[in-house]
Amino acid sequence: MGQRTPIYTLHVDAGAKMVDFGGWDMPIHYGSQLEEHHLVRQDVGICDVSHMTVIDLRGPQAKAYLQYLLANDVERLEVPGKALYSAMLNDSGGVLDDLIVYLDGDGYRIVVNCATREKDLAWMNQQASGFDCQLLERPELAILAIQGPNALAKVSAVVSPERADLITKLKPFIGAWSGEWFIARTGYTGEKGVEIILPGADAQNLWQALVASGVRPVGLGARDTLRLEAGMNLYGSDMDESVTPLESNMAVTVSLEGDREFLGRARLETQLGEGVERELVGLVLLERGVLRAHYPIFSGDQQVGEITSGAFSPTLEHGIGLARITVGADNLTVEIRNKRLPVQRVKLPFVRNGKQVYQLV
Amino acid sequence: MVEFSGDLHYAKSHEWVRIEDDGSVTVGISDHAQEALGDVVFVELPELQMAIAAGDEAGVVESVKAASDIYAPISGTVIAVNELLDDAPETVNTSPYIDGWFFKLQPDNLGDVQNLMDVNAYETFCENEEH
Repeated sequence: MGQRTPIYTLHVDAGAKMVDFGGWDMPIHYGSQLEEHHLVRQDVGICDVSHMTVIDLRGPQAKAYLQYLLANDVERLEVPGKALYSAMLNDSGGVLDDLIVYLDGDGYRIVVNCATREKDLAWMNQQASGFDCQLLERPELAILAIQGPNALAKVSAVVSPERADLITKLKPFIGAWSGEWFIARTGYTGEKGVEIILPGADAQNLWQALVASGVRPVGLGARDTLRLEAGMNLYGSDMDESVTPLESNMAVTVSLEGDREFLGRARLETQLGEGVERELVGLVLLERGVLRAHYPIFSGDQQVGEITSGAFSPTLEHGIGLARITVGADNLTVEIRNKRLPVQRVKLPFVRNGKQVYQLV
Repeated sequence: MVEFSGDLHYAKSHEWVRIEDDGSVTVGISDHAQEALGDVVFVELPELQMAIAAGDEAGVVESVKAASDIYAPISGTVIAVNELLDDAPETVNTSPYIDGWFFKLQPDNLGDVQNLMDVNAYETFCENEEH
């Protein structure tokens, strides 16, 4: 038996197919992953992501510590509650994890992945030794993601008037406190929505209130196709310690301005000096079929890389994927069951606000 | 609730076979199989007139989760494929035994269906596979 979130029993009661997910028993779908995907693109869905790790950071040197720990610069967090997406790198510039950090009063709230929890905590504690700051994991907190064009209205309808007012006024990529709830306009779907970090018992109540109001649950299967359509990376699939953010379509999240010393910086500067050899790109399969992780990508007869994440896009109704390939490679094909099929490289995301973004030539 | 259709013959790889009045056979995948696959998004069917031997790959069914091979339950020649699945692959989920069929074979030897499981044997087979 794996670890269970406070919502576990509610998932089972809703008919979820539960699977092991980084040591947690999590819902992959509640009947149809495709329907759940469409719900989020067209209306609203609720997803339990309490398996993710919440860490609060306090202390006079919290900011200096994060400026050393992260490839992105928390100096960019100028407004209270503002969120920043960043890679956390090892000494050789490899991606240890990707995370969201929120400015929280004098400190910060950090959300990292679940499968990387132990590794991250060990690394973060090790790097904190020279700084006057404290890391406090918050395993008692749950996280609910309510996402979709109607998400804000649906959540507002079942919470207190104060919280409804707060949600209505929140700007994208900003979070705010309301009692013990931290409510943020963030997500992993490419749609409007909120992620709410709150005590387990409150999470159960909010989940039940939303479901009673007609909001349907969405499993981690749909969450994966939603994030892929939105052009967002998945740690462990699209990047890991063997690649740098510059090879992972994350260059915009690396702040090399000034001379801020951060872990992995030297390697990134060397790589920029020598020229980055591989890039992570979006691919669309031009024939019918599905792209899947590890399918090889060719340019002519030469293999130039492989798919890192692939799926059948429910919104676009064809195969899409992310692939790490040699920079500038063109005339691309993918090998599926010993057949080479043409793929076109496109600018990410694949889908924004429920609509196709790219143009096929 | 997973459905088991009584008049069919079943392979261990979860295809079903129905004997038609004209001596041809229709092949599809079981309700148990489609449920395990999840939403079907793409089906690759065999070519018409192709001769295939029992156990050979005859196509591919791709769900949101994975790609799975479809095997010929008995030997024969492909005489029809279900073109409905090109545009509506989800029919495999909604009607696995009727509208969601994959292909029809003219069997080399219709007696080969006796090598397959009847519904009771298949039901037991699925139960054992789950445990």
